[in-house]
Amino acid sequence: MNRIVFLAPVIAFIALVGFFGIGLTKDPKELPSQLIDRPLPTFDLPGIAAAPGGGPGLASVTLKGEPALLNIFASWCAACPQEHPVLTRISAEGFPVYGIAWKDKPQDSRDWLTKWGNPYRATAADENGRTAIDLGVTGVPETFIVDKAGRVRFKQIGPISPEQWEATIKPLMAKLRAEA
Amino acid sequence: MKVLIAALLLMSAPAAAVLPDEMLADPALEARARTISRDLRCVVCQNQSIDDSDAPLARDLRLVVREQLTLGKSDTETIDYLVTRYGNFVLLKPPVEPATWALWLGPFAVLLGGGAALIAWNRRRSALPADIPLSESELAQVAALSQDETT
Repeated sequence: MNRIVFLAPVIAFIALVGFFGIGLTKDPKELPSQLIDRPLPTFDLPGIAAAPGGGPGLASVTLKGEPALLNIFASWCAACPQEHPVLTRISAEGFPVYGIAWKDKPQDSRDWLTKWGNPYRATAADENGRTAIDLGVTGVPETFIVDKAGRVRFKQIGPISPEQWEATIKPLMAKLRAEA
Repeated sequence: MKVLIAALLLMSAPAAAVLPDEMLADPALEARARTISRDLRCVVCQNQSIDDSDAPLARDLRLVVREQLTLGKSDTETIDYLVTRYGNFVLLKPPVEPATWALWLGPFAVLLGGGAALIAWNRRRSALPADIPLSESELAQVAALSQDETT
């Protein structure tokens, strides 16, 4: 009896250490998206070329009818050049990729795309970041996978790695394409 | 001198990240915005409120709070507006709901359990007879021990 009384706090302490230990392995920056299985918030943004020279913008209705990727990037974003070749490849494989330049000057976004190449079907400028707040964006890059009905099905925080594209996102896109 | 220091302390406001250009002209509305901002987490700096944070996203969120209030939304509606976008994570104080019952009620459960254990232990102790006379052999032991002390 006495042994149990003395062991109980020790066991409780070990359980607590285990619990916190598991907690430490999780990344607190990875927030679950509130948008999963919900329609993409409505937006209608000007294109990055809207200032001089014209160019199409991007509205949320565009991302309907065909599963697509919506990538949030910025010219000032350090991880974006790392993700860029993957986006180029996704685009080359025939999947529509749309871009939103977050809190970026259209001129800078244009220069960035000129330098690295443009994987986007359309690129919108969200200069004041208002649309990004509707999307629950906390940083760049982030990517939303939108299904045929215009619902968000997956959100990637941080750059998409080639492995992730092959193992997770590409199969998901194939599945979404097969959906009625 | 003391009065002067007290007056100076009263005049100083706690440092916040709110910039003059963000503030609303209506002081009542601005005060509500400040109160709401203090309970909203800056989602990129994790443990600062948007009222304290200098992060650009915190500024954007402060502006959204003010925009919603200007539109005539209530405090709750304004907070809900951000919760639908960023989830409960945006709240510095987690709401009471089934997923957080353990968090909110756990400490009280531990307190109750500990209290009950303490009471049970005390009862058992007081249930024992208070004065048991020492046995012959114990008396002899006491005598032997007190002998040792004196030598």
